[in-house]
Amino acid sequence: MTTVAVKPATMAQALTRALRDAMAADPSVHVMGEDVGTLGGVFRVTDGLAKEFGEDRCTDTPLAEAGILGTAVGMAMYGMRPVVEMQFDAFAYPAFEQLISHVSRMRNRTRGKMPLPITVRVPYGGGIGGVEHHSDSSEAYYMATPGLHVVTPATVADAYGLLRAAIASDDPVVFLEPKRLYWSKDSWNPDDPQSVEPIGRAVVRRSGRSATLITYGPSVPVCLEAAEAARDEGWDLEVVDLRSLVPFDDETVAASVRRTGRAVVVHESGGFGGPGGEIAARVTERCFHHLEAPVLRVAGFDLPYPPPMLERHHLPGVDRILDAVGRLQWEAES
Amino acid sequence: MTVMEQRGAYRPSPPPAWQPRMAPAPLLPDAEPYRVLGTEAAVKADPGLLRRLYAELVRGRRYNAQATALTKQGRLAVYPSSTGQEACEVAAALALQERDWLFPSYRDTLAAVARGVDPVEALTLLRGDWHTGYDPYEHRVAPLCTPLATQLPHAVGLAHAARLKGDDVVALAMVGDGGTSEGDFHEALNFAAVWQAPVVFLVQNNGFAISVPLAKQTAAPSLAHKAVGYGMPGRLVDGNDAAAVHEVVADAVRHARAGGGPTLIEAITYRIDAHTNADDATRYRGDSEVETWRGHDPIALLEHELTERGLLDEDTKRTARDAAEAMAADLRERMNQDPALDPMDLFTHVYAEPTPQLREQQAQLRAELDAEHGHQEGAHR
Repeated sequence: MTTVAVKPATMAQALTRALRDAMAADPSVHVMGEDVGTLGGVFRVTDGLAKEFGEDRCTDTPLAEAGILGTAVGMAMYGMRPVVEMQFDAFAYPAFEQLISHVSRMRNRTRGKMPLPITVRVPYGGGIGGVEHHSDSSEAYYMATPGLHVVTPATVADAYGLLRAAIASDDPVVFLEPKRLYWSKDSWNPDDPQSVEPIGRAVVRRSGRSATLITYGPSVPVCLEAAEAARDEGWDLEVVDLRSLVPFDDETVAASVRRTGRAVVVHESGGFGGPGGEIAARVTERCFHHLEAPVLRVAGFDLPYPPPMLERHHLPGVDRILDAVGRLQWEAES
Repeated sequence: MTVMEQRGAYRPSPPPAWQPRMAPAPLLPDAEPYRVLGTEAAVKADPGLLRRLYAELVRGRRYNAQATALTKQGRLAVYPSSTGQEACEVAAALALQERDWLFPSYRDTLAAVARGVDPVEALTLLRGDWHTGYDPYEHRVAPLCTPLATQLPHAVGLAHAARLKGDDVVALAMVGDGGTSEGDFHEALNFAAVWQAPVVFLVQNNGFAISVPLAKQTAAPSLAHKAVGYGMPGRLVDGNDAAAVHEVVADAVRHARAGGGPTLIEAITYRIDAHTNADDATRYRGDSEVETWRGHDPIALLEHELTERGLLDEDTKRTARDAAEAMAADLRERMNQDPALDPMDLFTHVYAEPTPQLREQQAQLRAELDAEHGHQEGAHR
């Protein structure tokens, strides 16, 4: 029996490795975006790709997000698999028309004749001290657009596996990279990274019996930390990492809530019209008779993402999660 | 070290000399739109091509008339007519090789038909039975694009991809004068020029974006002038002169195919009909203007030239008319049949594999349809 070397690696390194492996495996995979070539991306996720595969396959584009995604549409029409980088979450907004009017609809519009296998990489979320337009969580917009898959990893291994799966998908995938986890390290085996997970499966990150925290992306480590802290209060929390917002894994989520009878949805983006409302409704529809308390949401406040010196008050942290967990001791009003 | 000390050490030099990256002169369009019909240049034009253009123009005019009639019968939800602009549609499409691609706007049904798309399938979007009726790969025609100018970056990406693969494919992207104000127009032209992508941008300047005249759309001397800023040549052509449009587009296609990069062409034309059947053009333009343009009709111009030079006899004209009538009759007949629609198609092409959520909704609709069917069967009994 051989022992595999499991080394710590960062999420950014795993993403780079996923891009490199995808490009090596399939000559139709093209990486494009602003600064992705010589600089290797502002987060260095595309580091070394232009050197290894040439500028025709890892291309520094003009600074224009609609143009980046719009030309990727044409490239996909001609049989390529473009992987485009939107440098920061809020920089993707100029590309929304291409995303919503074309990328998400082309398969449907042409009755399956013209699928668009495009991966849109969006570094998203706060907690890195970014100024305005560098910390948005825009997943609700993407979730509300039929035709898109919406995926977000929380671990190093998932970053690799899900990005490979996204690039291999024959449908467009919005790949949300939690930028504050770029430098988080995990045990990961870079010599044997093939674990390509199918898109659409949630995973139980921590088993527990008394309530379920349903979360994804940057909030997963926060929820795990909260679950550890909650042990002191006598709570044994289960943490479900969704990994994929579209398609949504109702089965894993509902199975967990039926076991625990209580649920809190945790995410950074605003609560009103946010992913948590959808998730809470789905859980309620499926688990009503198992629920001991209403499904609660712990989300960012309903405001434009705050300036960096105030963001810690906005982001759902351990205390706010524990407070919600405490409120799960529901007693019906008499 | 203080700032003052730094200043003392700093020896100012003159700013680096500025040089333009290229001379703009060869990129500038001519002062007058290029014309062939009625000029010396017409002598060089290929009679076979001119006769083919004539037949296609006659067919295109008839198509516009038939489609407009179909809107009145409720067979089409809407039709944006290209009557008066047929020369741009047809001559541009015929300047492409089979391996090339066309990226039409919503008004460019005729260009798609001229590329070989089935006249009925070209109307699917406007009839409302699906969004695109034809297979884009069959004749290399992208879906008719409803948002303005968003198909232009697609053309650039496709042409760029083809070149990376070593295929000498050219993309022709059509847009209206209003579309040139959109951000995607700018981004597409800029990407095309930077990448030297084999793309030809054809602006059909028909005078109005629904009701807004060109003077309120742009302050540029001409739309072709916009090319200079991107570093590509701009050409101005009489859009009602089919021979001129064909020559200018064919030139640009050859230039792109040879690796010369993109060209922006502005064809000056006029929309004789309203924006669509839902628009009232009398609110924003006068009859005299329309009449002036009727005097510069693309079919009459070509017919005059061909007749003058003895290239068009009554037989040829009749043949063209008969072919157009036959097309119109076929279009009428097939459009008057109710399309067979399968509601389950709603779920088939959202993703390669339906999500679990879509599967649930699919089952719901199936049950609804079965119940409906059961009711109908019950009623018949």
